[in-house]
Amino acid sequence: MSTTLQSPRNMSSTSEAAARPASSAGRPAATGATETLMGDEAIALGALHAGLSSAYAYPGTPSTEIMESFQSWKAAREAPACPSATMEALLAEWCSNEKTAYESALGASFAGRRAIVSMKHVGLNVAADPFVNSALIRINGGLVVVVADDPGMHSSQDEQDTRVLADFARLPCFEPANQQEAYDMTRAAFDFSEAHEVPVVIRITTRLAHSRSIVDLSAARAPNPLHKAEADKSWILMPAIARRRWKVLLGKQAAFLEHAEGAARLEAGGSKLGVIACGIARQYLLENLEDLTAQLGERPTILTINSYPVPVGRIRELAARVGRILVLEDGFPHVEDMMRGVFGAPVPVEGRRSGALPLDGELSPDLVRTALGLPARKLLETGSLVPPERPPQFCQGCPHGDSYSALKEALKPYPEYSVNSDIGCYTLGALPPWNAIDSCVDMGASVGMARGAAGAGMHPAVAVIGDSTFYHSGLPNLVDAVSHNTNITLVILDNDTTGMTGAQPTIAPASRLEPLLRGVGVDPAHIRQLRAHRTEHEANVRIIGEELAHEGPSVIIMIRECIEWAKKTRNA
Amino acid sequence: MNYDIILCGVGGQGGISVSVVIAKAAMAEGFRVKQSEIHGMAQRGGEVLAHLRISDSEPASPSIPLGAADLIISFEPLEALRHAHWLSVDGGRLVSALSPVKNIANYPDLETVLATLRGLPRNFLVDADALAREAGNVRAANMVLVGLASTMMPIPAARLEEETAAFFARKGQAVVDANIAAFRKGRAAASPSA
Repeated sequence: MSTTLQSPRNMSSTSEAAARPASSAGRPAATGATETLMGDEAIALGALHAGLSSAYAYPGTPSTEIMESFQSWKAAREAPACPSATMEALLAEWCSNEKTAYESALGASFAGRRAIVSMKHVGLNVAADPFVNSALIRINGGLVVVVADDPGMHSSQDEQDTRVLADFARLPCFEPANQQEAYDMTRAAFDFSEAHEVPVVIRITTRLAHSRSIVDLSAARAPNPLHKAEADKSWILMPAIARRRWKVLLGKQAAFLEHAEGAARLEAGGSKLGVIACGIARQYLLENLEDLTAQLGERPTILTINSYPVPVGRIRELAARVGRILVLEDGFPHVEDMMRGVFGAPVPVEGRRSGALPLDGELSPDLVRTALGLPARKLLETGSLVPPERPPQFCQGCPHGDSYSALKEALKPYPEYSVNSDIGCYTLGALPPWNAIDSCVDMGASVGMARGAAGAGMHPAVAVIGDSTFYHSGLPNLVDAVSHNTNITLVILDNDTTGMTGAQPTIAPASRLEPLLRGVGVDPAHIRQLRAHRTEHEANVRIIGEELAHEGPSVIIMIRECIEWAKKTRNA
Repeated sequence: MNYDIILCGVGGQGGISVSVVIAKAAMAEGFRVKQSEIHGMAQRGGEVLAHLRISDSEPASPSIPLGAADLIISFEPLEALRHAHWLSVDGGRLVSALSPVKNIANYPDLETVLATLRGLPRNFLVDADALAREAGNVRAANMVLVGLASTMMPIPAARLEEETAAFFARKGQAVVDANIAAFRKGRAAASPSA
């Protein structure tokens, strides 16, 4: 394999860079410029300064601000410490879903340009097909896949750990601990991607994505010229070639491991306690380090991990120095499980699996404090009144409330029915006073589940989905329903935006929905467009009732602009 | 020097923007800052929470440990109570607005909430809405609270006013003036009855 670029850890390092994690030792000299950046913004700016040409994404908390950063810089025609030519040439586009976003980024890499694709953790499930297969092709322009995990499920339906998926795809994964590393490691990821001709995953979590800190900036470099991938068929994954490419990928694993070993930092201490800190967990360890050192009488030995595959050599090195090891990682016990294995470890290993830390939820400085054996801080006595939760709810005047009112009333005559819903603001219809939906599983599931429920005998079988989620992955399910004449009633809540993530434009304008539905074969007599407003309540109840009674697929589009979106576009 | 601030309230009260003003003022004074916020579903009328850490050196954790906050600035009394256990036992101060946001059916008896807050050490409760109205803009209630808190934070009031003016400049001089006036009313309210 031709690798004209050195792997980052072999590059020359300045004394300033030596104080940074090894994987970013290759960063160019700091410019002296600083910027206060959110984790998401640090990644976006790091990519831009690394010579980015193309950015693709679908909105998803906590990753949304990556694309929003690119787009706001483009709109302002300037970004911090970035030449205007790079800004002018940058392509930054929202996509229908994470799979289409990933594939567009792949095409940019094929054409020789540097590309970034960003998504939330569950978005990687949608993009899993191109993600796993792209590990086998010979990446041309650097391709960086940023995935923002949400341990604690602040705004998500599960807390899967992207490090596991990167391992599944046999791809290297970088895990920055703070905003500075997020900035530096994004550039290092592009370098690594081009040096080793693979996509590189950057895994962050909500807390890093949505916290701000001061970042030292590096000099920006120019984007790659257009340069088509070599004609060696390494992008054609037909079985005979794929078998060869799979061997190539397996052959690269040693280099990936060598990088992760070099990027890991071992800081020797006098204590018999060893602590492994992965990604942001290092910040929580540092928060407690002074107290810990005072209690132990000596510093613990610390192994900081910020790159994967799991640097097993450094872990063995740590184990040889200490009497027990505590593993701190946000997400799954990925490193801990590997260390414990089937036959056990040579020294006791504690972490989320052992129960030293909870197996679920977000890590915090307080949980880490307890796991380190430090006494909890004294807490203020605040009385016996436990504040009730204040769940999120529809904005004042939100069209979804009016849509649910009409739907619920239209369903009243039926003793039994199902309302399968989806991911978006309208999921809040699950809460009182609405109690209007039965399910919310994954993007686009409402339509498929209603279809399955109808097939199983449920009537009425209703699907409720937003316009953006419908374009994301509801559409193929509707094609199934039309092809098989399944008796479902699909309600599309068309507010012209992706509301839940702070209002981003829907991929296609609302005016295209109706011709699209006709085009896939929905009977035009059963495509009903209603205004989602309480003043239309009675007419809406009647028309929804007619479609519930109709045998076969029917679609009701409830139209009214999102209030947040209206505010945002007015202020723009 | 480390100074840890929790800002809390309900979505739409402007808590996050206030945290930006304080962070900018702290940086202008030469401090390192770390700021953390949880959004997403919060903007739908749920709880809003921001952590702001100000220090001579780089703060480690983006979130403040429990029992370690020097100051809570709360835009709503129930949210003040929800986060009060974050305060440091030795010297943590609580600044809170009095007016509730009752967007839940089971909002507890307001007098019980306020009595609990008044029972906490070093509490500073203020009718921020009334003072903001006096200052000419009821939406500046958050700046009343920042003004009150400015008597406690390690940042000169003049610097906070400067950043407040810069932050609202885009919205015109009237909005700037109302916010500065609200800040000063809050600052004046800090003494002496608290």
